Amino acid sequence: MWSFAALADLIHEELNAQLDPSWVLAVEMILVGLSAIGLFALLGLVLVLMERKVSAFMQIRLGPNRVGPAGLLQTLADTLKLLVKEGITPNGVDRLMFNGAPFIAMIAAMLLLAPIAFARDFQIWDLNIGVLYVSAVSSLNVIAILMAGWSSNNKYSLLGAMRSGAQIVSYELSAGLSVLTIVVLAGSLQMSEIVASQADGWWVFKGHVPALLAFVIFLIAATAETNRAPFDLSEAESELTAGFHTEYSGMKFALFFLAEYINVFIVCAIGATLFLGGWMPLHIGHWAGFNQVMDWIPSSIWFFGKTFFLIFVIMWFRWTFPRLRIDQLLDLEWKYLLPIGMVNILLVTAVAILGWHF
Amino acid sequence: MFLKEYISDITGAVGSLLKGMRRTGYYFLHRGEAITQQYPDNRDHMGLPERFRGEVVMPHNEQNEHRCTGCTACELACPNGTIKVVTKFEVNAEGKRKKAVDRFIYHLELCTMCNLCIEACPTDAIKMAQHFEHSVYDRSQLTKILNRPESKLQDGVE
Repeated sequence: MWSFAALADLIHEELNAQLDPSWVLAVEMILVGLSAIGLFALLGLVLVLMERKVSAFMQIRLGPNRVGPAGLLQTLADTLKLLVKEGITPNGVDRLMFNGAPFIAMIAAMLLLAPIAFARDFQIWDLNIGVLYVSAVSSLNVIAILMAGWSSNNKYSLLGAMRSGAQIVSYELSAGLSVLTIVVLAGSLQMSEIVASQADGWWVFKGHVPALLAFVIFLIAATAETNRAPFDLSEAESELTAGFHTEYSGMKFALFFLAEYINVFIVCAIGATLFLGGWMPLHIGHWAGFNQVMDWIPSSIWFFGKTFFLIFVIMWFRWTFPRLRIDQLLDLEWKYLLPIGMVNILLVTAVAILGWHF
Repeated sequence: MFLKEYISDITGAVGSLLKGMRRTGYYFLHRGEAITQQYPDNRDHMGLPERFRGEVVMPHNEQNEHRCTGCTACELACPNGTIKVVTKFEVNAEGKRKKAVDRFIYHLELCTMCNLCIEACPTDAIKMAQHFEHSVYDRSQLTKILNRPESKLQDGVE
């Protein structure tokens, strides 16, 4: 079976034959960075188009269908338009922070790419505290939003940013607790080991009720952390025009827009890794024949299939539910998700200690 | 007691959310129900709703006869002076002088398609057509005379 790992090894050997080790590292870092940027650009195009099509179908519309076959080139045209648009810096803003914020947002999203296993043996950095790293770095995003909101010198931006801060700080807790349930079950913080522990079944099936509950809580918290409807208070169009990116235009706006979709991809990728087995094919216990057929499908397809399924679910949320009020949002977190998450983690500890999972 | 309420709250909320997701999921899978009209492309088979109102017309039959008696009920019903009925007196077969419509003037540029004239008409002489591409270069072209030249009142319409 073909895999990316072979390609990566080939490049590594070729470079080693040509250069000395420190240069090899530098060149490989540049290559990884370029492929990350390429992935981001591609994901931005695909996800925005997917969002528009999914929303259209859910609202009994047709969606973009004019540019290219079936509207497939619509996002390319939009990107071109954003690229050539003037990036205005308004007069009253704090220039350094205003212009820096979109890049911080992108960098925070880019850093999160490191521990994700895209396919079998294909990972940028398999660090042994992968899950901790993810939960730590994902909160960097709020700094970019606060920077943008504060430096814009605009009441809507500031309100949006403050709401976003309150929201992300709150939902970080339930996201962390639901991630912890899987850490308890898998007994490791390392992404590759968590994936390996799901070789005989995904945790969402193996972990009984607690894992399922944690999965639902994770999905809700992930939607909230990426500031998407029904938790899009930070950019609520009807009240705050566009929230923290009201004052941004052109490519700077596009970077925020892209960062939002990249964040969606990343939280879904992490959700897929923790609960749905990452690149691990669907294995059922000892059905050797069935497992072999599933193994035949490349691992990258499994990974992206699961991730896009979760992205679809999050889009489904967005185009079904109305936006919450800020007090309802905090009620949901502090009165419902957090207590349930805490009880759930006790439950899952009992399950793990007593060995009730498969 | 509190816990019972708490749990029933959660199940109720989840139930209603799933109900909403079922609806949107249904629409996602049934794309044939899309209500978007791809307008200039589907001009020939647009499928407008039955109650769509484009303009007021006066149907004529093959003998160039309409059903308008010139009673001006529509003119009175119109809220913004869109309709002006100019009447004349005709002498009928029995030698009686009778009121009839001379010119039924309809100002499309003033019309709000409120349908009140059609409801007011006692003889069903006018109705709403679905034609809606009204743009012209001169406003005077929007002032229309609805009864055709030489047209007469249909027999038996009082």
